[in-house]
Amino acid sequence: MVTYPTATTPAVARAPVTPTSGARGFSTMSRRETVVRYALLVVVLLITIGPFLWQLSTSLKGSGEDVYTATPTFVPQDPTFDNYLAAFETVPVLGFARNSLVVAGITIAGNAIGATMAGYALARLRFRGARLIMGAILATMLLPGEATIVAQYLTIRELGLADTLLGVALPGAIGMINVLLMRTAFLNIPPELDEAAIVDGANAWQRFWRIGLPNAKGMLAVITIFAFIGAWDDFLWPLIVLTTPENFTLTVGLQYLSGVFANNPRVVAAGTMIAFIPIVVFFAALQRYFFRGVDEGAIKG
Amino acid sequence: MAETTDARTERATNGTRRVPPAEGTTPVAPTGQSRAAAAQSGTVAARTHAWFTPWLLCLPAIVFLAAFNLWPSANTVFLAFTNVRPLSGGELVGLANFERMLTDDQLATALVNSIVYMLVCLPFLLLVPLALALLVEKKLPGIAFFRTAFYTPVVASAVVVALIWGWMLDDRGVINGMALRLGVVSEAIPFLTDRWLVLFSAISLTVWKGLGYYMIIYLSALGGVGRELHEAAAVDGASAWRRFWSVTVPGVRNTMLLVAVLITVSALRVFSELFVLTNGTGGIGGRDVSVVFLIQMYARGFSGNLGYASALSILLFLITLGPLLLIARINRKGA
Repeated sequence: MVTYPTATTPAVARAPVTPTSGARGFSTMSRRETVVRYALLVVVLLITIGPFLWQLSTSLKGSGEDVYTATPTFVPQDPTFDNYLAAFETVPVLGFARNSLVVAGITIAGNAIGATMAGYALARLRFRGARLIMGAILATMLLPGEATIVAQYLTIRELGLADTLLGVALPGAIGMINVLLMRTAFLNIPPELDEAAIVDGANAWQRFWRIGLPNAKGMLAVITIFAFIGAWDDFLWPLIVLTTPENFTLTVGLQYLSGVFANNPRVVAAGTMIAFIPIVVFFAALQRYFFRGVDEGAIKG
Repeated sequence: MAETTDARTERATNGTRRVPPAEGTTPVAPTGQSRAAAAQSGTVAARTHAWFTPWLLCLPAIVFLAAFNLWPSANTVFLAFTNVRPLSGGELVGLANFERMLTDDQLATALVNSIVYMLVCLPFLLLVPLALALLVEKKLPGIAFFRTAFYTPVVASAVVVALIWGWMLDDRGVINGMALRLGVVSEAIPFLTDRWLVLFSAISLTVWKGLGYYMIIYLSALGGVGRELHEAAAVDGASAWRRFWSVTVPGVRNTMLLVAVLITVSALRVFSELFVLTNGTGGIGGRDVSVVFLIQMYARGFSGNLGYASALSILLFLITLGPLLLIARINRKGA
């Protein structure tokens, strides 16, 4: 790690005779280093978002423009939304998007309510059986989701939910990992707050509502973000559950779209953008909660 | 994300729970009279809630735990000893499914693919994200934008990412187009049709999509690497390079181990990239498959076999178990 302390750091005063090159390190970041850092940042930026921009560019190119890249052009000559219209008309992309929203909505609601309630009880209320529940939840963490997908499908079919959006959403509607995350958030609240409320005669529900929830909002935001992204991006599970095209979520629908329009990359590109843009907007809008969660250790080794 | 966080919360289990103040002893903190009275008349914990309150709060989670975690796990084990088909019943067949795995060439191919996947992903995803974390660690103006942008491929669906890369890697796509124009190659590189090139295309896609994810994990770990230690080393005249190897690397060693495990597990679980890049076929001759891909293939349709798919699921569980237990161990030690 290249950390350059500022010139005011007391270390300078303590420093014995240092080699000149080292001494320069103590000034604030040199102009040259700043330039190099920004240059590297821009290079990485091009690598990470370049492909998305290329896809966006393809999706806006008209049928008159050659997308097969004899001479790749980044900016469309004559930008058009025709490809988006084609994706809407020939394949029910809007229907796919609505289906994805329904699944994401159920998943968010289930996790925000179910995981928060259980997390609170496991963190702040002592009761017989808590250890057993925790043990079972932790054990499920060792299980890759793909390993139970076959049996999961049979369960959903037995419930009569095969080929339905509820069937897609239900198994993830209360994620055990989210119970654990919420529990951690509630554990971090100082016990004195609860103790004081107990003395004031607050019952468990009031403490949950007035002390627990307001102090765990950050983690609630993080699990909501992940519930949405997870539901929106999931592919394998809806691919197994859903069979009728009208019920497809966006990921399954996109795969389907790419088969139908194998010869028209512009329309496929429009379809991928329809799936990609909402999640990016969503994440960009909430990224400060996410990165604050990172700082607070929600995402940590 | 699951693997990163679970073990951490587990750590919180061991010992952060506060014991309520014992009766009779006056807490050090300033307390009102009522508080003291409450403490005198018994443990605070004993009367804080009705016995059924925690159960009510936990009820939905317990139902989901049982219905969608514990039951499917048990059922998977049972199904592995049957020949149940997706569209009809079946019967117990003993160890037949496991015997079949021993002679399944496609499974052997899938396992080879997984090992290649893992070995190629490991060095890239272990080191490049660390470099990225060091790059975005410094709070320069606009750094939040760069962090978010670097994380974008993680947020995008694997399907979206695979379709974008599939288009770029196409025979007539931008990469081949440029390579041809620059005269690097004389004919299009068959990224999406060659048995090994498909695998490596999928790997590069996984690496590209994973950079931001592991960057964030490193970024979070770097916060814990002591600034004082760095300054002290700098005072002693250690070069930036030297400080990187003697201060930063030891500081994130546990995180590197964790990241290595996460990379391994996700390489073993790969599915969407291969599925989308091969358009669901598994490549020519079905040789670009993974274990999860095989589970998906056997879980569907008239030719499906849920019994065999379940046996493969148990195999998947067993090969990911070792690395996952290692995470739990690392975290317990780190506590």
